[in-house]
Amino acid sequence: MSKFKEILLTPIFKDNPIALQILGICSALAVTSKLYPTLIMCVALTITVSLSNFFISLIRNIIPTNIRIIVQMTIISSLVILVDQFLKAYDYETSKTLSVFVGLIITNCIVMGRAEAFAMQNTPGVSFLDGLGNGLGYSLILIVVGAIRELLGSGQLLGIDILTTTQNGGWYVGNNFFLLAPSSFLIIGLFIWALRSWKTEQVEEKEFLMSKNAPKEVETHHA
Amino acid sequence: MQKDSILNIILVGVGLCIVCGAVISTVAVSLRDQQEQNVIFDQQSKIIDAARLLEVYPSSQEALASIEEVVVNLNDGQPSSFPPEKYDLDSILRDSSQHTVLNGSEDIAMISVRENLSKVYIEYRNNELKTLILPVRGYGLWGTLYGYLALDSDLNTIVGLEFYKHKETPGLGAEVDNPNWKKLWNGKKVFDENGLVQISVIKGFSNPQSTDYSYEVDGLSGATITSKGVSNLLAFWLGNEGFGPFINNLKNKEIKLSDV
Repeated sequence: MSKFKEILLTPIFKDNPIALQILGICSALAVTSKLYPTLIMCVALTITVSLSNFFISLIRNIIPTNIRIIVQMTIISSLVILVDQFLKAYDYETSKTLSVFVGLIITNCIVMGRAEAFAMQNTPGVSFLDGLGNGLGYSLILIVVGAIRELLGSGQLLGIDILTTTQNGGWYVGNNFFLLAPSSFLIIGLFIWALRSWKTEQVEEKEFLMSKNAPKEVETHHA
Repeated sequence: MQKDSILNIILVGVGLCIVCGAVISTVAVSLRDQQEQNVIFDQQSKIIDAARLLEVYPSSQEALASIEEVVVNLNDGQPSSFPPEKYDLDSILRDSSQHTVLNGSEDIAMISVRENLSKVYIEYRNNELKTLILPVRGYGLWGTLYGYLALDSDLNTIVGLEFYKHKETPGLGAEVDNPNWKKLWNGKKVFDENGLVQISVIKGFSNPQSTDYSYEVDGLSGATITSKGVSNLLAFWLGNEGFGPFINNLKNKEIKLSDV
């Protein structure tokens, strides 16, 4: 039982797909200016990665090696189309906000990465849990980024006024920087810093060391 | 059977396509009605937003009830007897007998064909025309922008402009959906004293001291082509090839809509 728990929980802090593997950054920048679309995106990705892991693992023993990437892509893209169709039918507003980014889950490195690295070698149940865990790990970062951006950018959380902005007769001047995608880099960077200060084993080894300065030559001004 | 044999490659490939194709088409077909309903509802809400009807009516239902649909013949600017509930723009644009092909210099909105009949929306208040809501469309940077322009009872002052479908770049051209930008349209004028279309999206900010201030809307920064596209589509739809004749007829009281 503890093994399942480990598979589910490891990707959240210990082996986070965004913070440690630096995968899936693109959508973390694009869809996080408001918290609500962020949450929908998290659900969409979590469903896709869990189910794609499950189905790929289910047929892993009959997938021919030389077309395995195409097979994985077909399954992933089918799932993404399904998610997109459901979103268009039941949450049209959000599907318009997320626009192409739902479709771009197909190219999200996390989904493909988990399929290739985990689902191809493990049984369906465990693969599903691994997908769920990675989806939650992704969601954690996105929710943090989305919450900070919406709060500082528009003074709201889920559309509810927290810091009333001057436009709405309050005191808070919204920081436009947080409405723009680059602010996510800042927040993700700070998050990674905080995470690695807590779990120091995640700190990467230095790729190279600076060599010490050569000893300073003694100047001689003797005539 | 060998996993990597050619036979297995073909079997897995074909099998997977059939299964995935079947699942996707089943889901797509069964959700289609719901999705189309959403699109219609979204369009209705854009009409209401363009005309700012929620500032007057307590609910969308009551706002919709105040709106009448009228099919207009764009060639002569007269109302048509075509039943509005049967109006379908897509099929008109496919049927060459029901649309006019625009040549290069006429086609400033880059839509290539213009329907002969268009469906407009009129909001009546106290039995008088209060807001005229016109469907507009035109090419931006990546695709056609579809929206509604609402004019006040003087048929010159803009109430609002809303797009319900476009493919512009998120963060740049897609800022046509930004509430702050949309607010800029309210109160702008369309025609000058000579009846020529003057409204346009300019580059940069419009100067309140300028004589053209009432005809100018601030450009979207970083989206010059989208801004131009919006200017062009308004120029087209308010001009002679678009709703110009209909608006003139309404202004000159040459048509009484209550007769329709």
